[in-house]
Parts: sequence; structure tokens; C-alpha cells
Amino acid sequence: MATLEIRDLHVSVEAENGPREILKGVDLVVKQGETHAIMGPNGSGKSTLAYSLAGHPKYTITSGTVLLDGEDVLAMSVDERARAGVFLAMQYPVEVPGVSVSNFLRTSATAIRGEAPKLRTWVKEVKEAMADLQMDPAFAERNVNEGFSGGEKKRHEILQMELLKPKIAILDETDSGLDVDALRVVSEGVNRVRETGEVGTLLITHYTRILRYIKPDFVHVFAGGKIVASGGPELADQLEENGYEQYVKGGAAE
Amino acid sequence: MADVTTTPGGATTSGSIKVAGVPGEFSQPADARSEALASYDVADFPVPHGREENWRFTPLHRLKGLHDGTAEATSGAIKVDVTAPEGVLVTAVERDDARVGAAGKPVDRVAAQAFSSFGKAGLVSVPKDAQLTEPIRITIHGQGGVAYGHQVIEVGAFAEAVVVIEHTGDAVLAANVEYLIGDGAKLTVVSVQDWEDTAVHAAQHTALVGRDASFKSVIVTLGGDVVRLHPRVIYGGTGGEAELYGLYFADAGQHLEHRLFVDHDTPHCRSNVAYKGALQGQDAHAVWIGDVLIRAEAEGTDTYELNRNLLLTDGARVDSVPNLEIETGEIVGAGHASATGRFDDEQLFYLQSRGIPADEARRLVVRGFFAELVQQIGLPELQERLIEKIDAELEASVG
Repeated sequence: MATLEIRDLHVSVEAENGPREILKGVDLVVKQGETHAIMGPNGSGKSTLAYSLAGHPKYTITSGTVLLDGEDVLAMSVDERARAGVFLAMQYPVEVPGVSVSNFLRTSATAIRGEAPKLRTWVKEVKEAMADLQMDPAFAERNVNEGFSGGEKKRHEILQMELLKPKIAILDETDSGLDVDALRVVSEGVNRVRETGEVGTLLITHYTRILRYIKPDFVHVFAGGKIVASGGPELADQLEENGYEQYVKGGAAE
Repeated sequence: MADVTTTPGGATTSGSIKVAGVPGEFSQPADARSEALASYDVADFPVPHGREENWRFTPLHRLKGLHDGTAEATSGAIKVDVTAPEGVLVTAVERDDARVGAAGKPVDRVAAQAFSSFGKAGLVSVPKDAQLTEPIRITIHGQGGVAYGHQVIEVGAFAEAVVVIEHTGDAVLAANVEYLIGDGAKLTVVSVQDWEDTAVHAAQHTALVGRDASFKSVIVTLGGDVVRLHPRVIYGGTGGEAELYGLYFADAGQHLEHRLFVDHDTPHCRSNVAYKGALQGQDAHAVWIGDVLIRAEAEGTDTYELNRNLLLTDGARVDSVPNLEIETGEIVGAGHASATGRFDDEQLFYLQSRGIPADEARRLVVRGFFAELVQQIGLPELQERLIEKIDAELEASVG
């Protein structure tokens, strides 16, 4: 069973007046089949955690470890992490001019699976996954994220999650900018992957809204660059009622 | 009603992009001026010093003397082979042959130097009404040294032909190429510059497009230290059509320059220009000048030109200058667009985060960038070869 272990993770970024520490000792264990919601106010470092795990070059790991089934994730390049089973659904997916969605998906699936998927089954697989996410088939011929609406970008991210079948999926603010219909469609996509029991999900969000569709097993409150409280789904209900105030006062958050 | 659109470039890079679309913002390139100097005689052109409008982007010191008269022709510098289907006349003619210089005069010092210095002109003549099923192939292989060349390709009325010109090896070459396209004829020319890294190549390509004739030019520039091509189109009669496509890939230190001029001097002619380039490495430099002049008499003109560049790394530079001069409002359409984008770290991160290794990610982006143009060219038998060329270039250079 796949397990992601984050131990005492410290991360900084280059700022104008030298490096600034954003993550200040994150500890978290995510196992295959589990869903962890990470909730926190803006600027608490949630997204930094997501991007650090995926290996974005902007972030420098100053101490701590991240292991996936005992393998050192931090020693891997970005693409090696993806091939090891880490997937990041981005809040702001990037436009890639000149590369069609279908070409991108196939290249990616080939890299992750270690061999090119058989064309016939692949076409069917993509078609079905797109239909499930209520995506127009013409979408496949557009350039990656170019001119996509907010909802289309998020569907496209979850489409990749469904096709790439990661061991650990990190969803960074996947709910932001979605209307209720789109949120439902996207959440159903995430749930289809979760129901396989083969993915550990790290759901990063500012709002509790998405938790109505994706039920977490654990809820963590993130403030000031670390996890300050953990509990079950009931913790989300408390946050819904009381907000983050009790966690951010006294300068816990930046 | 004329539909005039101007889309200035989107500059999102550390490279330099200059887009002259706004009247008065930049000085008028000499090419677009009707009184621009043109002459067969090199003595009529002063030696350029580099600040002239048409030379300001070119590294003159790397032209190996083509511009100042110091480059003396050496024998055996290039080897030219022509293969053509039966019925096509392939010969060499003296400079007093009526067809030599018929498309137009040289318009800069290097082209005039080539005209003043070549020995015999190559002539390929496709008889009228001929429908060639096989392309005419001209291979120009540089064997080291300096050469001045002149090539005339003549296509008789209502004939159809495809010409593929390939440049390989190492040479310092200045040349004029003329395309004389008869009424109702169709000529497609693919010119591939696949030189070694040390070659210097400057050429003027002048097409005289006959009444209701079609000219399609595909320029593919990959190799060479300095390549400076000057494709020009002039219409000899109404209803002519020119499609000018180009594709270039500049690596570290390479200077690849394409200066186009479409002279709409005749009513009811069309032109469409689309050039795309990718650059990578320190001091990779691409220059694209797109001059279109619609003269007062050229009513019913329809023209569009586009240049797109993709910067793959820092340290590369693009100068893209579309320039449209319109002297009549009675046209169908006129527009231009230029944009330079950058393959940036965020795109790389996104693709890598989907398991795609960095070198493959770059190749994916570049291949996609060019594929659109290659499809637009609409020559299925050449598409595959072009994609192969791009792939080979990518394999060799993008890592």
C-alpha cells in the first residue's frame, strides 16, 4: 500500500530581501485510499506544500524528508516524481501553445505507464473519461489550456488524474472559480478515482464547499506554514461555522 | 470596405521584439518605398556600414566580405546538381540572356555583387502546359570557398511544377534566384537551408507572378552561421496569388534573417505570408521583416502576413518587423500579425509534472508549434519530410 510520509518539511522561497521561510515543519502521512483535506487561510502556505511536493523549482527545501513508499521524493526530478505516482492538479494550469490536448495526454500517459497505450483502447479510454467529465470531444484538438475557461481547466486537470491513475493526488484549490454544476462534475471525477481505493488524496482548499462532494477522512488546519490542528470531518464543520480566526490570531498565520 | 487589422507582438520574453505596426513609430524600411535603389551593378550601392535600415540587423563582419567586395570567388566552392523530369530544359546561359534579370533587379549590395560576379546562370525551364508529376531537384553543396550564383526558374503558361532546392555543406554564397511564372501557371518552391554551422548564405529570391498564376514558396532555414534571404514577389498581371511560408530554427550563435517584400502593384492579386521560427541558445538571432506595399493602382488586393516566434531559452533574440503600406482603400483585406512567445519554466514544470522528461517536453512544444504551419503548407508529400527535418534538428539540439 502506497504511503506518502512528510516529516518536518521546511521550505523557503527567494524574496527581495533574501530567502523567506514559508513551510515551517510540516508532518503528514497520507496512505493509499485515504483522503486528507488541508484547509487554511490565504497565505498560510497550503499551495507551497502542494508545489513543493511536485518539485516546483521556485521552492527550496531547507530541511525535512518526503518519502513515497520509502523512496526519497525530494531527490527526484519533477518528471520522476510524476512517474513515481505523485500528481498535482494545479490551481492555475499552464497554457502550452502548439500542443494539443490529445497529444499531451498520450505523451503523458506513455511517460507514466512506461509504454505507449494501445491506440484503440486509448482512444476509447479518453473518450469515456471526457464524457464522464461532460467535456466536448472537440476539446481534445485544442491546445493545452489555451483559451480554456476556469471550469474547462479544472476538468482537464481531473481528466489527467483519471487517466494517469496516481498513487498520491494533490488537488490544489480545485474548487476555486467553479460554479456549482462544474464543482459537482469535477468532484464526481475525483470520487471515481478515489473509489478505486488506489489513490491517496490531499485536498487543499480554502472553503468547505467542496467537502460536501468529496468526503474527507481527515481534516487538517494549516496556518503559519504548518498543520496546527487535525481531526475528522467534524473539524471542517467547525471551520465552516467559526472560520480560521482562532488559528490565525497571535500571528500564527502570516 | 477594407479590413485592416494590426496585431502588435506580445512580448513576454527577455528577447527583444520590435514590431512596427504603428505609422510613424519606426522609420519606413527602404524596401517598401517605391524609390528604393535597385540595380544590376554593384558599384551603384555603397558598402553598407550597418546602420542602414536594411542592414541594421545583419552582422556585417560575419558576411566574410560579401558586402564590401573583398570576397573573391574561388573555383569549386559549390557543387550544383539538377535533376528534372523529362521535358524540362536544364541548361546554363550567359548573362545577356533575356531571362536573366527579368524578374527584377538586385536591391541590395550583396545581391548586386552576386549579379556582377556570377559566371553563367543556371536555367531550368518548364514548357508551357507541362504538368510535372515529379519535383525538380536542385542540390547545392558547399565544398568550402566563395561562390556567386544565379538561377532562373521559368514555368511556362498553365504549367505546374514543384522545385526543391537544398543547400548543404559549407560555403560563402551570394546568389539571385528568379522565378518567372507564366500566366495561369503554378509553381511551388521549397528551399531548404541545411548548411553546416560555418556557412554564410545571402540570396535574393524574386518571383514574377503572371496573370492568374500561383506561386507557393516554402523556406526552411536550419543551418548556417549567417543566412540572409530576401524573398520578393512582383505581380506581372491581375489575379496572381503568392503564398510565402517559412520555418526557421536558430541555435546558439546563428543569425537567420528573412526579409520579405510583396509588391502589390497590380489589381486583384493575393498574398499570404506565414513564417514561424524557434530559437534557442546564447545569441541565437532571428530577424523577420515583412514588407507589403499596396500601391494606388492595386485595387482588390487581399493580403495577410504573420510571423510567430518561440524562444526556448534565455539569450536568444528576435527582431520581427511587419510593415504594411497601403496607398488605396479599395482593397479586399490587409492585415499583419507578429508575436513572440516563450517556452518558459512554468510550461516545462507543467509538462514534467505529468511525467514528461524535460527534453521531450521541449520537443513536444516545438513540434507542435511548427506542425500547424507544416499542415497549412498543404503538400502532403513534403509534410512528412519537413517534420522529419524538424525532428532531426530537435534531436540534435534540444536537450
